[in-house]
Amino acid sequence: MAKVSKEELLHIANLADLNIKEDEIDNYLKNLQDILNFANIVNNANTDGLGETIGENDQCNVFRKDEVKEFKDNELLLANAKEQERNMFKIPKVIQ
Amino acid sequence: MDITNLTVHELQEKLAKQELTSEEIVQAYVNRINAKEKDVKAFVTTLCDEALKEAKEIDEKRKNGEKLSSLAGIPIGIKDNMCTKGVKTTCSSRMLENFVAPYNATVVEKLNEENLIDLGKLNMDEFAMGASTEYSYFKKTCNPWNLKTVPGGSSGGSAAAVAANLVPWALGSDTGGSIRQPSSFCGVVGLKPTYGLVSRYGLVAFASSLDQIGPITKDVRDSAMLLNIIAGHDERDTTSYNMQKKDYTKTLNGNVKGLKIGIPKEYFGEGINEEVKAKLEEAIETYKKLGAEVEEFSLDIAQYALATYYIIACAEASSNLGRFDGIRYGYRTENYTNLKELYKNSRSEGFGPEVKRRIILGTYVLSSGYYDAYYKKAQQVRTLVKKEFDKAFEKYDVLLTPTSPTVAFEMGTRSENPLEMYLADICTVSVNIAGLPGISIPCGVNGDNMPIGMQLIGNKFEEEKILNAAYTFEQEYKFREKYQPEFKG
Amino acid sequence: MVNTDYEAVMGLEVHAELATKTKIFCSCSTKFGAEPNTQVCPICMAMPGTLPVLNEKVVEYAVKAGLATNCTISKDSKNDRKNYFYPDTPRAYQISQYDKPLCEHGYIEIEDDEGNPKKIGITRIHIEDDAGKLNHNEFGGGSLVDLNRAGVPLIEIVSEPDLRTAGEVDRYLKKLKSILEYIEVSDCKMQEGSFRADVNVSVRKKGETKFGTRTETKNMSSFRAITREIEYETNRQIEILENGGKVEQETLRWDEVSGKTFSMRNKEDAQDYRYFPEPDLVAIRLSDEYIENIRKNLPEMPESRKARYMSEFKLSEKDARLLTASKYLSNMFEDAEKICGNAKAVANWLLSDVSRILNEKEEEPDAIPFKAEHLAKLVELIDKGTISSAIGKKVVEELFENPKDPEEIIKEKGWLQISDEGAIKEVVDKIIANNPQSVADYKAGKDRALGFLVGQAMKETKGKANPQMLNKMFLEILSK
Repeated sequence: MAKVSKEELLHIANLADLNIKEDEIDNYLKNLQDILNFANIVNNANTDGLGETIGENDQCNVFRKDEVKEFKDNELLLANAKEQERNMFKIPKVIQ
Repeated sequence: MDITNLTVHELQEKLAKQELTSEEIVQAYVNRINAKEKDVKAFVTTLCDEALKEAKEIDEKRKNGEKLSSLAGIPIGIKDNMCTKGVKTTCSSRMLENFVAPYNATVVEKLNEENLIDLGKLNMDEFAMGASTEYSYFKKTCNPWNLKTVPGGSSGGSAAAVAANLVPWALGSDTGGSIRQPSSFCGVVGLKPTYGLVSRYGLVAFASSLDQIGPITKDVRDSAMLLNIIAGHDERDTTSYNMQKKDYTKTLNGNVKGLKIGIPKEYFGEGINEEVKAKLEEAIETYKKLGAEVEEFSLDIAQYALATYYIIACAEASSNLGRFDGIRYGYRTENYTNLKELYKNSRSEGFGPEVKRRIILGTYVLSSGYYDAYYKKAQQVRTLVKKEFDKAFEKYDVLLTPTSPTVAFEMGTRSENPLEMYLADICTVSVNIAGLPGISIPCGVNGDNMPIGMQLIGNKFEEEKILNAAYTFEQEYKFREKYQPEFKG
Repeated sequence: MVNTDYEAVMGLEVHAELATKTKIFCSCSTKFGAEPNTQVCPICMAMPGTLPVLNEKVVEYAVKAGLATNCTISKDSKNDRKNYFYPDTPRAYQISQYDKPLCEHGYIEIEDDEGNPKKIGITRIHIEDDAGKLNHNEFGGGSLVDLNRAGVPLIEIVSEPDLRTAGEVDRYLKKLKSILEYIEVSDCKMQEGSFRADVNVSVRKKGETKFGTRTETKNMSSFRAITREIEYETNRQIEILENGGKVEQETLRWDEVSGKTFSMRNKEDAQDYRYFPEPDLVAIRLSDEYIENIRKNLPEMPESRKARYMSEFKLSEKDARLLTASKYLSNMFEDAEKICGNAKAVANWLLSDVSRILNEKEEEPDAIPFKAEHLAKLVELIDKGTISSAIGKKVVEELFENPKDPEEIIKEKGWLQISDEGAIKEVVDKIIANNPQSVADYKAGKDRALGFLVGQAMKETKGKANPQMLNKMFLEILSK
């Protein structure tokens, strides 16, 4: 069972776009390690020849018809945005 | 007569006989909320004025002979992770403190079709992650049986509100036990339907392959009635099954003669509180007396199921919660100079510690180098769990276990240790992992007058069997006549 | 390439927007050019609680594309989440396909630089959703997010690293575009971004069997830019290696103005997309019957059209190939031919004047502003002798500026051919009177002088004189 390093934790937090403050690191590390140690018991299970369960609905081919339906309450879609301009969401400048 | 102590089917009868109006019912609940909500703190949002107005309109319509559902004008509470157009949906998170959904969840539309009245949005663990409702950003809900203890979670607001007669019934959601465990702690009936029976459209996702909406009610008949309303295929949720609608009240016949009940002995082992075990054993004796065929067997997957659950649920959550970035909706930090800071600070300030912990775990198990050892393996173990349940259901009609290893615990005693909190889900998560239906009903109280829950697990889409088994026990045991919450503490 | 010791190795990831009416996972319109955030709904805006539902046409179109590029169609496919934060991706994950794409192991045939046939392998074709658009906010600062395009269906067509020159890449892309147009799964409008490519380039010493480190240049949407980028990038990489350096594996951005590539991401932000199966969607398991049904209904492909043009219309191999390279051009040819019955003339106009003008404008055939009826009418007018071919050329120019019935154009401009014998004689007399030297030359046996005189007469009539009549008249008068 691998031990999670501080660097690894910070890398993961960065992937998840979360900050971890210096004084939170130990706590996060301990929690993560505890849970991983526990979760690791899945590797004791004998799953030889077993497929993966993907989702919980075992049906297939559930599709939609290609028909346009307009959403009527368009103005509500931007109503929750903190900042908007000309009916668009405003964000800090992004260089494309 | 205390109106708020009536079940919904009793209210329905009185509405039909014109012994009560919708306004009288709603008013009784509003009065009750005014008296008790300050102790229980079950609501994030109450809609008392709106509900009264709606009740009057429905009474008017009924008087004018308009054809309405027999449940029209009866109030309901909704867990605050189901989208309600025009009313805040917060998931008890700072992230969504001011979020108003632009659409109704499918289940909310179905309640509206019946003219049920939304009395408010109920408290929960933030984004449904927790087992005590202590992780709500807004408030800690108290268990009406002992206000110093937790109501369970994550649907703690829903279960406490039903137990305290603040709503006649409520909707909860269940990802690893979030309907059944709080129902057990609060002495009410909580049903997690088969995965795919109820549409998830409009339920703010925690773990997509595990989440399911279900009823929390005072008794089993109410549970069946609410399931009748919310079950059914939805084109907007491709994981909902397209199948014949059923009337789940029709099969409540109070007869379990010949019913084969399996008792997985691993669920009665180490870690299960002795008083809980003793009440469950009494319940088993009751079933035997009623003519059921009870047999102990081995289902050694509980630990695997719990580990699998935390891997899959956190992985899916880490992805599902990516959309909360402060741009289109939700909390946005004041403190940023560029896009990355906007993302990181909004998310770090908007999410609580438990949510962040699970996002980190979920991100970890999906990240390159760990995917195979955790996520992929967990999905194989999930297949194993399902196979074991399949085998069990070849022999038994229903399985019987405790809902939780313990009764409701005191506030603040577990939230410091996440792993210990996770272990509280040991009896319930395997049901979600296998996509099965499970119901928790009260089967007694312990020495401190705290309710103990019994879980009945059925095979996929065999809700009738567990509902009838639960109903039969309820008729025999008469829990509600014996015990009532005391609001002590 | 400056240094001939090296060879370049290219592979392409082409994104083509599918021509469905609605988005891939919701029922919003995909029409291009709407006002910002007017073709959106809670689903494509990733409102909490919403769920995707897959558009059946997306699956059908992807399978069509797979069959048209000789792929094997997977009978067990699924969708996967690709997780990353970017404001044009509102869910913070793209729903794509990871290890079970709909189509795999195909190829298309092109010509190499020597004109020999060459197969380019198609690794896979998968379905996914397009991202929204970030607009620069000129006045208020910051950027503005428009999600109209978020959720427009895409197929990503990944090629094997089989391409060796910019010319091959150009022909591969044009062939692929033409195939997608033929089967009508994408309109491939490059100027609208509905056909764009990520270009992977590496170099290695000739004879080397291992691939060099590659760079990927994202979102290229013009053939000319791709050719320039490949030239630039191969030279850049060779220079690095020649100077003893190492090529970095990185993602690049092409800058059209400076003609250079630039690094897009810094290395700390190394991506880890954390792919996992999309739990909100069920599996895609296509039956043989479904696949065969699509195969049976595939339209005629460029190869067979080409053969038909050669046998039915007696066109040259080159003309047939050029015409069928674009479905738009090919359709115009067939439509115009049906009306006027003169296949050769229609082909000539399309491949000479029309193609030349398109080239000058740097436009694709779908930018031709006039209709097949107009072209057919032009051919008929020439065949009837109403106008000369010289005037025809002017009519084509005019059709690009102001597309309408050529007959009207001719009337308005006064370009009707002069076939009146009296009028022709008048011109011939005038030219003979004004050019005594040429007349003398002709009479002295210099036949070339006749050509000069006819040319002068054409000039005098601004090209409107009937050339046969003009010739005849000169001969008549001069031989007197």
